[in-house]
Amino acid sequence: MSIQVDHVTKRFGAFAVLNDVSLHVQDGELVALLGPSGCGKTTLLRILAGLERPDQGRIFLHGTEVTDRRITERRVGFVFQHYALFRHMTVAENVAFGLTVQPRVQRPSAARIQEKVCELLTLVQLQAMAGRYPSQLSGGQRQRVALARALAVEPKLLLLDEPFGALDAKVRKELRRWLRRLHDEVHITGILVTHDQEEALEVADRVVVMHQGNVEQIGTPDEVYERPASPFVCQFLGDVNVFHGRAVQERNVADLPPLPDEKRVTTVGVVGEHEVTFVRPHDLEVHRSRTHPSQLEATVRYVLTAGSRVWIELSTQDSMQAIEVELTKERYRELDLREGEIVFVHPRHRQVFKIPQS
Amino acid sequence: MSFILKQPSVLPGFALTLGFTLFYLGVIVLIPLSGLFVKTSTLPWEQFWGITTTPRAIASYQLTFGASFVGAIINGLFGSIIAWVLVRYQFPGRSAIDALVDLPFALPTAVSGITLAAIYSSNGWIGRFLEPLGIKVAFTPLGILVALTFIGLPFVVRTVQPVLQDLDKEVEEAAATLGANRWQTFRAVIVPELWPALLTGIAMAFARSVGEYGSVIFIAGNMPLKSEITPLLIMTKLEQYDYAGATALGVVMLVVSFVLALAINLLQWWSSTRHMNQ
Repeated sequence: MSIQVDHVTKRFGAFAVLNDVSLHVQDGELVALLGPSGCGKTTLLRILAGLERPDQGRIFLHGTEVTDRRITERRVGFVFQHYALFRHMTVAENVAFGLTVQPRVQRPSAARIQEKVCELLTLVQLQAMAGRYPSQLSGGQRQRVALARALAVEPKLLLLDEPFGALDAKVRKELRRWLRRLHDEVHITGILVTHDQEEALEVADRVVVMHQGNVEQIGTPDEVYERPASPFVCQFLGDVNVFHGRAVQERNVADLPPLPDEKRVTTVGVVGEHEVTFVRPHDLEVHRSRTHPSQLEATVRYVLTAGSRVWIELSTQDSMQAIEVELTKERYRELDLREGEIVFVHPRHRQVFKIPQS
Repeated sequence: MSFILKQPSVLPGFALTLGFTLFYLGVIVLIPLSGLFVKTSTLPWEQFWGITTTPRAIASYQLTFGASFVGAIINGLFGSIIAWVLVRYQFPGRSAIDALVDLPFALPTAVSGITLAAIYSSNGWIGRFLEPLGIKVAFTPLGILVALTFIGLPFVVRTVQPVLQDLDKEVEEAAATLGANRWQTFRAVIVPELWPALLTGIAMAFARSVGEYGSVIFIAGNMPLKSEITPLLIMTKLEQYDYAGATALGVVMLVVSFVLALAINLLQWWSSTRHMNQ
């Protein structure tokens, strides 16, 4: 089911949680709403489900306006962060709930419901748990039950509100891969709300980055990561080194010298304007000796080894600014760096943004 | 599960606190109650049986327990509605109404009895409108029911209210997204959550009503066999210096109340742990 969000605004008191948000989701897509807490992503999801009403704007599901339709009429599956399972019902009863509350004429027979519950529990790999109560399950299992329960009514649209937020890192990773596979099997339009950029980039077909009630950027995971549309998107998606500077020539010059490869320089500014340059830690190249005249000279302050990656903190000679560099273990061994040594760095890739004069 | 009497804990003092608990309960509850049994045991069995099964006594048990039970059920229904309104809606005067609920607790029972009797008597504020309809409240068993409902109300509201407050709103929203209408959500999702607290509230209202004396005697009319409650019967016996007879009736009430309270507690325990069985 396609979704059209048309200029939606929602205020709680004087505070605009959603500020003229528009969004289009195609049939069968899995879209992530990504942003820090309080950016309005959950409110948008709740508006889609019919749990909140927008102050302005319209919602279309599959081309039909549903802005004033009740929740029960929208046929939307909703998965909550804290599962919201019915704790006095068994797993099977939870999953069957959406079917048993259907009007008598539509309701499948008891045998058919049982069969359906069994199918769904197989899908979420919880056949053995049918007779248990939610309190007897782990967090990951509970969330899978919640998902099966939402899928039981065969919704055209599945909305997931931070579904893995309350789980530990390992289970979260497992479940999001599983969710991706499930989505590929069931082919249901899905919207996933998350504040975890890794989750959004890994699972979604497209990512909607939100900030303070506004949509900052919509694009594929690669697009938003590689070509962020705003400083916020750049900083929110992963670690980044920030360099403030002023354009002194017809080409960006921040504190960091230009790249050896001139074609990669993004010129956004006019001479005299303030600019900010973002370089991801893994986009910095480190050498023991100067290989290009524009390289930045820096001192190694700390070396941190974390699993397969090595983090190095550098400080530049003149500004004492800390620069974080991420190296592979091989490259680190090759360089054989010690704290206090002098190195030369330059970015392979960077993002430059103008800062509006205030 | 093995029975562990003492577990290591940050705050020691298990022996001290348990000892104190037993001592305190002994002095405050157990000794007076066993006194009741000791006094009763001075009666020969036949005489005990004779005193406790007179038609007047039996009528009073029926009235006391019956009216208390019906009152507790009425409170269960309307108390839940009051708790619901107080928790779920914001409206002017909400805290005033919230405070009003406690009044039956705070008011001396005799005062509420006299007030109710005055209001429901045939020329009282409410009684005068009921009189033409053929409904007599004051000085009838119906009046007793009114008094017992009045004093039992806070128990239900105050036990259901916190549970309603803690009720996860998302569970209701989940039910709605699954297509359940309001009634289905209420019946299948909210009621099971409230049930244990509601049972506790009803049990407490019932227990309080069974022992109620002050408010009832003013509105009851106190006609033997018709509108005489057991506590009044006990008082009557005491006034005639028939201590053994009074304690015999007391023992009957105690045993019946205890059995009922136990039954309700078991029911409540069962309904709250049913979904957590290992």
